Amino acid sequence: MISVYHYMSVAAILFALGTFGVLTRRNAIVVFMCIELMLNSVNLTFIALSSHLQNMDGQVFVLFVMTVAAAEAAVGLALMIAFYRNRESIDVDQINMLKW
Amino acid sequence: MNDLVQNALLNVNIAAILPSLILVCFGMGLLLINVFLPRGTTRHAVWISLIGLAVTGFFVYTGWGNPQYGFNDAVAMDNFAAFFSITFLVCAALTILMSDDYLRREGYPVSEYYPLILFATAGAMWMASGTDMMTIFLGLEVMSISLYVLAGFFRGQVKSNEAGLKYFLLGAFSTGFLLYGMALIYGVSGSTRLTEIGVYLKTHASLLDNPMTLAGLVLLSTGFLFKIAAAPFHMWAPDVYEGAPTPITAFMSAGPKAAAFAAFLRVMEYCFFTLKPEWTAMLWVLAVLTMVVGNVIAIRQTNIKRMLAYSSIAHAGYVLVGMVAANEIGYSGILFYMLAYTFMNIGAFAVLVLAGKKGEDNLTLEGLSGFGFKKPFLGVAMTIFLFSLMGLPPTAGFAGKFYIFAGAIKAGYIWLAVIGVLNSAISLYYYLRVMVYMYFRDPEEDYAWVAMPGAVVVTIIIAIAGVFYLGIMPGEVMELAKQAVF
Repeated sequence: MISVYHYMSVAAILFALGTFGVLTRRNAIVVFMCIELMLNSVNLTFIALSSHLQNMDGQVFVLFVMTVAAAEAAVGLALMIAFYRNRESIDVDQINMLKW
Repeated sequence: MNDLVQNALLNVNIAAILPSLILVCFGMGLLLINVFLPRGTTRHAVWISLIGLAVTGFFVYTGWGNPQYGFNDAVAMDNFAAFFSITFLVCAALTILMSDDYLRREGYPVSEYYPLILFATAGAMWMASGTDMMTIFLGLEVMSISLYVLAGFFRGQVKSNEAGLKYFLLGAFSTGFLLYGMALIYGVSGSTRLTEIGVYLKTHASLLDNPMTLAGLVLLSTGFLFKIAAAPFHMWAPDVYEGAPTPITAFMSAGPKAAAFAAFLRVMEYCFFTLKPEWTAMLWVLAVLTMVVGNVIAIRQTNIKRMLAYSSIAHAGYVLVGMVAANEIGYSGILFYMLAYTFMNIGAFAVLVLAGKKGEDNLTLEGLSGFGFKKPFLGVAMTIFLFSLMGLPPTAGFAGKFYIFAGAIKAGYIWLAVIGVLNSAISLYYYLRVMVYMYFRDPEEDYAWVAMPGAVVVTIIIAIAGVFYLGIMPGEVMELAKQAVF
């Protein structure tokens, strides 16, 4: 029997993997994919809890999160293209003009 | 089924979102108008967005003292939201006034800039009026996504690209934490409405020891603390503030920061009032850390924009002191301080806009040598804003700090107030250093300073008026702020 705990555990593992990816990967697009992974683990948590609590709020929240993530992806990829045009790279190590 | 639809329709109360609705309509109308006009015309956009902000301000003003609740209690346009909304509107209006000439000078006279500021302001208003985690999240994202674009607005400049990309990656990362916190709190309490969460946590006291509640609280706070750039989540702020266009830096450091404080305050006060000892202890440490990190690192900066970024981190620390105090005077002090900070910070950045040269920014301390005598008006204005940022009477900064530290002392946090005042003393050093360069150094080379366009001068005059009004007669606004807190 798969309970809400299993879903929550999977979501927590996905969230941790996403966080780990953001901190270790060098390519900005992969970093962004890891952020999306974090958001989707949140969606999974919301849906599991929503069905566990028999309450629709969580599912509505997921719709909002997906919409916002799509908008964010559009803006983020546009920013990456602008950066790539000037620096010919989207390596996060190259984002180094501004520091301290 | 029909009952359900009817119920849902009854719960819609347009009055609760009317001001932000008007603002968004102006923004979208402006986007449409832009399509039909040749590229490079921006004057109409400035006027239309200023009119939009004024109309919105009028509706916020008339709604004062008459709280409107709508959308099943997901939105509450109460005095708290109204006070913060006025702060955001002032911030947006001053930013727009100083932007047009700067954009022209830097070669980006693009009118899409103005709707983005309006959308960011509307998002900030939803954050301040959100009483449901969904509304707060939606407002936060509308605000942040507009700001990502604005930070990277100069797409040919690598620094601006970098600021936008950095802000985007770190902002989205922090949103992940915020959302995970919201999901856990939803799982514990079974609701996303702030008041229902509060009631649930109060009636189920055993849940307070639940690791899920505490994890949710910490993750949620992380998301908000990132947005207000509190240490140790502040590292993005100096980079983004330095790289972004100067008016946007001014906007980001005042309006959206206030919005994050508004939402943070409401969430803490509505949901977690039963956990007050825990979160005030957490914020005590963070307030001290934020003040010290902001002030100490600001001393080492030679770029003024970057110095003001660290100073803005330090100011977030002072405001956190008001949250730790968690009493009426501390909370109303936060409202007062954010309004005062809007005037003084935007004023300082407006002076920096006029200190620049075309194509290259002139923002180093050396670059300002002799500035005070070459441009007496700007020199005096900068001096007034720096005095206010230091917190010297009779300026707004003094009154704000006074209320916040008074709140902390009243709540028994004597040491916190002492550390705060000591930090203000540290900040004297780097603010005064700007004045030393402006008045006591001779310029190394004589170059033509940019002309002073009327709009930026008006911005500076309004900011000076605000700084002195709030500094000399803080009573009236403070009275309004007291009516606005819970």
